[in-house]
Amino acid sequence: MDYFLSEEQQMIVDVARQITDEMIIPQRSELDETEDYPRDILTAIAKADLYGLYIPEEYGGLGGGCFEIVLALEQFARGCTGVATAFAASALGAYPILISGSEELKQKYMPLIASGEKLSAFALTEANAGSDASGIQTTAVLDGDEWVLNGTKQWITNAGEAQIYTVIAITDKSKGPRGATMFVVEDTDPGFSYGVKEKKLGIRCSSTRELIFKDCRIPKDRVIGRIGMGFITVMKTLDQSRPGIAILGVGLGQGALDEAVTYAKQRVQFGKPIISFQAVQHILADMAIQVEAGRALVYSAAKHIDAHKNDMSKASSMCKVFATDMAMKVATDAVQVLAGYGYMREYPVEKMMRDAKILQIYEGTNQIQRNVIGQELNKEYTRS
Amino acid sequence: MKIIVCVKQVPDAKDVRLDPKTNTLARDGVQSIMNPYDRHALEEAVRLKEQHGGTVTVLSMGPPQAEDMLREAVSCGADEAVLVSDRAFAGADTWATTYTLSMAIKKIDDFDLILCGKQAIDGDTAQVGPGLAERLGIPFVAYVRKINDCTGDTIRAERLMDDGYDLVEVGLPALFTVVKEINEPRIPSLKGKMRAKKIDITKLTAVDIEADPEQLGLKGSTTQVVRVFSPELRGERAMLVGTPSEQVSQLYEKLSPLLSALGAVTK
Repeated sequence: MDYFLSEEQQMIVDVARQITDEMIIPQRSELDETEDYPRDILTAIAKADLYGLYIPEEYGGLGGGCFEIVLALEQFARGCTGVATAFAASALGAYPILISGSEELKQKYMPLIASGEKLSAFALTEANAGSDASGIQTTAVLDGDEWVLNGTKQWITNAGEAQIYTVIAITDKSKGPRGATMFVVEDTDPGFSYGVKEKKLGIRCSSTRELIFKDCRIPKDRVIGRIGMGFITVMKTLDQSRPGIAILGVGLGQGALDEAVTYAKQRVQFGKPIISFQAVQHILADMAIQVEAGRALVYSAAKHIDAHKNDMSKASSMCKVFATDMAMKVATDAVQVLAGYGYMREYPVEKMMRDAKILQIYEGTNQIQRNVIGQELNKEYTRS
Repeated sequence: MKIIVCVKQVPDAKDVRLDPKTNTLARDGVQSIMNPYDRHALEEAVRLKEQHGGTVTVLSMGPPQAEDMLREAVSCGADEAVLVSDRAFAGADTWATTYTLSMAIKKIDDFDLILCGKQAIDGDTAQVGPGLAERLGIPFVAYVRKINDCTGDTIRAERLMDDGYDLVEVGLPALFTVVKEINEPRIPSLKGKMRAKKIDITKLTAVDIEADPEQLGLKGSTTQVVRVFSPELRGERAMLVGTPSEQVSQLYEKLSPLLSALGAVTK
């Protein structure tokens, strides 16, 4: 379907598509096997200026918004959700600085992130703090001109690969949700190290590790926003970033649909290509409907978010739930269409099915998203 | 360093057909692309610019449609684009082409290095690079697989040979033709694409480059194509089926008349 993209938006799609077709698709199977971080692909993405898509021009970016990064991510995820996750994680790490950071922090870090010269990562999750972010145990204590961080962050995407980390820690336990603060930690800061690389079901080429802070000392001016406002920054960051996860579902779904239709046209059983059988046609038709509906919702939500910075949560959560549940179903159906071949690693759909699962889990499980939507509905109908 | 890259628009090799009536390349509906070897030349020029500073100008002789390819070259890092286009150039062989390009380059005047692909994938002559160097009276190195050092006055390059490589040093200005081993061409950048959309492409005609009309196009060409044809298919292919011993019997039956015709002993 035609979404009437501007000429500039179409260019973003074209550049991202070329990187996907020429670099990501040829390498995805090997990257899945070796679990190697896709450095050369990310370098090509940086050279193509795509790391700066959502960053304002005054900080070296291209001045686009949520919709522009969504267009690029859709293409990357059509090729490999692991590569797309590694790319998207840098934006997630950058948003806290962009949303709440001081002018000095933005001047210092944004140009480096926009050029792709440095990668960033976002650190919220801990062993006892997943869906319940208030379970955070990492602490930060002011000591003279330095903050001292102690604790361990878990399952951090881009850990060990990024140079700039945005980390939330408790600065005043007695204040409850108002007692957390976000900081920028650099990879070279003393007392900062990484845990082992996790072994995952899917998105295997993306890096997932622990961040370990042992008396990690950082300068006082690395606080993002005001002290005690950490959770607000986190919520705003996730509202902004979730369409980026939603669109990975759309890209993955499109990739699965492409594979399923192509296969169904070639595979002959009972003397005919299997696409001529209604049982197969209906599966493919449902896949196509779901992917297109997902795309329409994510595009609309992204445009809404770009226009309404103070009213993002519901749109953001709705598109995340719909498009990622869709991706899981569509990828599973693609395996069904390819059947025995689909179950084999020789074809890309089994990887898509493994990759799809994480989309329903990370950046807020789909159950948590439904909580957000429910609470927003409650607020909306109380107001009116 | 000022670098000129000569680029040619060619039909996509995946889709080459001959028009059976006119015996020329059927261009209708065939996708045109930048000659793949020229893409490597462009990439090398952009890398040299990134290392040493300077400018990259892409130059093409071709029909007005070649403008699309020149814009693509700008999106991949070229600074300027020049299209030499005139009906008078039609039907040019490599002799007339090198004349036309040399006149255009004399018009551009200021350059340190000219890079070309080793050959175009449509004509496959590999003559334009060396011919152009000869016309301009500058040193020429073919099959360059690596450019090593580049001081202001000289340049060192590795020339790919069948059994290794030659290390060649020449004075500047010079002309190199490059092989695909030299680099991996980049994907266009977003900022490059935006620049490419807006850039003014310099267009030069036969009059602009002060060319002698007698040396242009078909008139100035020393080779004339008498006929172009697709070679007839020779030889037949047959699949033998059955068990291995049945296949051997079938093969024997097919071969034995041929062997007896050759006077070979059969039994």
